[in-house]
Amino acid sequence: MAYSDKVIDHYENPRNVGTMDKEDPNVGTGLVGAPACGDVMRLQLKISDDGLIEDARFKTFGCGSAIASSSLVTEWVKGKTVDQAMTISNKDVARELALPPVKIHCSVLAEDAIKAAIEDFKKKRAARKAQAS
Amino acid sequence: MKLPIYMDNHATTPMDPRVLDVMLPYLREDFGNAASRNHVFGWKAEAAVKKARQQVAELIGATDQEIVFTSGATESDNLAIKGVVEYYKSKGDHIITLKTEHKAILDTCKRLERVRQERLDELKLLRLGQLAGRDVSPEEVAELAAKHDLDNDETYKKWAEMPTGGARVTYLDVEKDGRVNLEKLEEAMTPKTVLVSIMFANNEIGVVQPVAEIGALCRKKGVLFHCDAVQGIGKVPFDVEAMKVDLASITSHKMYGPKGIGALYVRRKPRVRIAPIIDGGGHERGMRSGTLNVAAIVGFGHAAQLAREELADEAARILRLREKLRKGLTDALDMTIINGSMEHRLPGNLNISFAHAEGESLMMGIKDVAVSSGSACTSASLEPSYVLRALGVDEELAHSSIRFGLGRFTTEEEVDYVVQLVVDKVRKLRDMSPLYEMAKEGIDLKSIEWTAH
Repeated sequence: MAYSDKVIDHYENPRNVGTMDKEDPNVGTGLVGAPACGDVMRLQLKISDDGLIEDARFKTFGCGSAIASSSLVTEWVKGKTVDQAMTISNKDVARELALPPVKIHCSVLAEDAIKAAIEDFKKKRAARKAQAS
Repeated sequence: MKLPIYMDNHATTPMDPRVLDVMLPYLREDFGNAASRNHVFGWKAEAAVKKARQQVAELIGATDQEIVFTSGATESDNLAIKGVVEYYKSKGDHIITLKTEHKAILDTCKRLERVRQERLDELKLLRLGQLAGRDVSPEEVAELAAKHDLDNDETYKKWAEMPTGGARVTYLDVEKDGRVNLEKLEEAMTPKTVLVSIMFANNEIGVVQPVAEIGALCRKKGVLFHCDAVQGIGKVPFDVEAMKVDLASITSHKMYGPKGIGALYVRRKPRVRIAPIIDGGGHERGMRSGTLNVAAIVGFGHAAQLAREELADEAARILRLREKLRKGLTDALDMTIINGSMEHRLPGNLNISFAHAEGESLMMGIKDVAVSSGSACTSASLEPSYVLRALGVDEELAHSSIRFGLGRFTTEEEVDYVVQLVVDKVRKLRDMSPLYEMAKEGIDLKSIEWTAH
């Protein structure tokens, strides 16, 4: 399958690969996909108390498009607020990487990963608040 | 060493230069039609075809009269299965095959099942019309069938047993090592069974089936045995007499000959009959009409001769390289699994899963090496290989599989290069893989509730 140069670039030079401490109250972890389907994406966001995404890390098991999609969104979310990050859609990812139709679901996975990571962060914060009060 | 490196010899093999040399005159001056009986051009072509027929026959222990030239293995498989089903339809309509067969077999069988189903649907409509005393539309069938209970209707039951032109098919499971279970095969046989179609060597996992045992069983039971022998012929010994094979599909381009030419072996003693699927001038003793592709046939014949003469040496050399590849990969990398029997396997095949490193992205990382993904991810379908699934290979592992196919022109230097490259890339992908990290931490991946998508 012919991939775009952007996919190949992200595949060969993935940005922000790594692992954050998932116990850190300021880290939200999103784990999406399934091994049986051939792709699993884990996105971690370090979010300040006022909702700014300070850092992002990913690890992905999947095809070149899945790796590129997750690498791309780590670049995009950094410096954004949680609300801004929530507006990133799979269409933006698919367009930016010029994904072939059969690989669109990789971009859906990336969008889901952002939402899952933010959700995890929000849950943690709510739990912390409940504990404090 | 030249890049890219070709390690996909199950898909096709490069043509041996010696084969091309013998073909060229038949594309130039000796271009005659082998069916032209009245001039020297025709005679030359006919003689060349006769020689090639002999060469192909010798490779499999057959006689030249038992070789029917076709356009390749897909056509041979179609001709064998459809030809037998059509010819022996009054005897029975049941076929047995394996879930791990090539699509040329499985899809042919599925078509025959559809033909039978369509015929039964027509009969049902007709019988219900009789019982209702009026014309019945297809939409009414379900409702009326419930009322009239056709399963216990003697007339309908009798009709349904009549030849339909289609077939009922049993798709047998294989054992974990990819081989057929002979007891299950025998159990699956019924008085209506006309054909068993089981491949010689599997195209994905290289597993070689116990063909002689299958042949003996079929002979004992009076069932014809067709063997799609494409991947194994010329690589490991194959003999239609010793193995009691009745029909065998062969193709030239998997044994360093040209593409677009193949053959079907059709046994003469005891005689096997098939109905043709292509009608026309009656070439190939009426079994496959169409002007013979003389140059390709000549190349096929020469490729068969080379394969026969060099088989033993070549198999030993390729096996040594394959083992070097296997050892190089499995010594350097943990969590690797070889798919299919190691004992009963083509010398040039290595189908291996690198757990937690996805196959398609691995192929992207080793783009200078032509291999095939164990999963079908590169095609339009994202489903993992049905062959690996039939072996009970875990879906994640099926997504992490690569098929290496070594061949006549594979060099030691290439193997060394590939080992190093694959090891580096698998490590890189695993460093990026959340699954590998989790597995290393001792997390059971099965215990996680994954979000399906």
